[in-house]
Amino acid sequence: MKLALTELRRRPGRFATATVILSLIAVLLMFLGGLLDGLIANSTGAIRAQQADAIVYSDTAQASFVRSRIEPDVRAEVEAVPGVTEVGGLGNVQLGGRVPGNGPRDLASVVLFGYELAPDGVPDPPPAGQAYADDTLEADGVEVGMTILLGPARSPIEVIGFVSDTNFAGQSGMWASVDTWRTVLSENRPDAQLADGVFQALVVRGGTTGDSSLPDAIDAATDGATDSYTIDEAISAIPGVDSQTTTFNQIIGVTLVIALVVIALFFALLTVERTSLYGVLKALGAKSSTIFAGLVVQAVVVTAIAATFAGALVIVLDLLIPPGSIPLLVTPSRVISSIVLLLAAAVIGCAFSLRRVLRIDPASAIGTTS
Amino acid sequence: MTTTTVATALRMTDVRKVYPMGDGSEVVALDHATLTLGSDEIVALVGPSGSGKTTLCSIAGGILSATEGRIVVGDEDISGHDAKQLTKFRQEKVGFVFQSVNLVPFLNARENLLVVDELGKRTGKPARDRADQLLEELGLADRAKNLPSQLSGGQRQRVAIGRALMNDPTLVLFDEPTSALDTQLGEQVMELIQNEMKSRGTAAIVVTHDERITHYCDRSVHIVDGRLDA
Repeated sequence: MKLALTELRRRPGRFATATVILSLIAVLLMFLGGLLDGLIANSTGAIRAQQADAIVYSDTAQASFVRSRIEPDVRAEVEAVPGVTEVGGLGNVQLGGRVPGNGPRDLASVVLFGYELAPDGVPDPPPAGQAYADDTLEADGVEVGMTILLGPARSPIEVIGFVSDTNFAGQSGMWASVDTWRTVLSENRPDAQLADGVFQALVVRGGTTGDSSLPDAIDAATDGATDSYTIDEAISAIPGVDSQTTTFNQIIGVTLVIALVVIALFFALLTVERTSLYGVLKALGAKSSTIFAGLVVQAVVVTAIAATFAGALVIVLDLLIPPGSIPLLVTPSRVISSIVLLLAAAVIGCAFSLRRVLRIDPASAIGTTS
Repeated sequence: MTTTTVATALRMTDVRKVYPMGDGSEVVALDHATLTLGSDEIVALVGPSGSGKTTLCSIAGGILSATEGRIVVGDEDISGHDAKQLTKFRQEKVGFVFQSVNLVPFLNARENLLVVDELGKRTGKPARDRADQLLEELGLADRAKNLPSQLSGGQRQRVAIGRALMNDPTLVLFDEPTSALDTQLGEQVMELIQNEMKSRGTAAIVVTHDERITHYCDRSVHIVDGRLDA
């Protein structure tokens, strides 16, 4: 192992090519992961921010706000479920927003929420005609104090502050009182307007007193009139989330395999180049396991350097990219998990050289040279 | 009158090494070889290319296993050793000086000696002290921090000899130690080998096809087609 580390220190140029290639692969891996996280965050922020133990839709809605209707009597049944402490109505409407200073066709994609229970990071419902805007709308030129005109009816909404990570289905969230939401909905989607007391979904806080989960207890109490989800389940049910996650994870998986192949090829080549040296070391009494451990150490160090450089670069990129321009979200967990996966790929990639190391004959160190 | 038994460094008895070929035939690389070395004896093993010199050294040094016969190095019978046991044997009992020297190119002279300890017992300070002592005795104390590329051919050869002596071996095997050196340098290296082996009471086999250097050895043994001189 000391021998392997000494070679890395004394001959860094030998490993430069592999380090550069692995750095590029690591940047790609972390960028893909950041894009996946950003896309998912952009779709799920509004639900993740709900400080809830259950999200309740009507039974035939298939977790779609548009298709869901919760009547007041059903809400009363939900409120009566043992363990439920708070219930809040939630509704939304997706519209294009005209931002002052932007062209007539340059609309901001907005989803206006009406809420009773404040999500995490969002203040209590504002006065009528006002809303908090997700900070991704800053990329569209939105500022505090500005009035945005929503939908074909050009319903005016004044932005009174910014919140973070509250988007839904790829559109920027705006958070207003229930009355504001109902007004905007009826002005722009008259066919979808809802009577007072009717919501598209309920946000429920509490716990169960029995064996079943809270969502199951709610659905049982309403005799199947509702379809309730935990936060995680509600996130998965958002259209596109699962398929985006699967697709990106497949691409990330392929990228890892490429990293593994690069490492395997590089260290296989290195082993071939060093057959004579390894033969000498074996003649001197080196075990195959010692030689192989040295290879693994070198692969891990090279990969760690490449991955750390890539992590730093991606973090800098994330800081430089303006919010809302690219859906990139770089989190410490993503960077660390990428580094761990790359290190695992390094160890596995090296394993392809094990057979070659085992077959090196120490007798090759002795005898006439060619 | 009393008789004293001289300790033997190597006793090979009726050793054969046979390689099977794909067509069912065999190649006999070593044929009923019997050889004994005293504990401080230097033997020149002389023969043409392909005569079995390397095979004999490889078997004596625990790199190859014999097909038949008995091999005892010092007090250790290595005839039936498996690969793991032979590795340990090589770490502790044998030193090698290879034909092409084969120093580790990215280690300096001192580190090339210490690699023996790094691969074996890992004694730490005792090994470092021994390496410094050997470098001093070999006239390389001021070259301890030089890489092989910064040393002359003769200096590299001396580092290789130091490496072979690091584990205080029972037997040192020199494979064509002067083939890459000019006559004068070759004689200097052979003198050094002779002095170092005799001062330590270490046995050595010097494989060579050069009859000019055999006078530095206690005796010569000739090998042709895998058979030793009677």
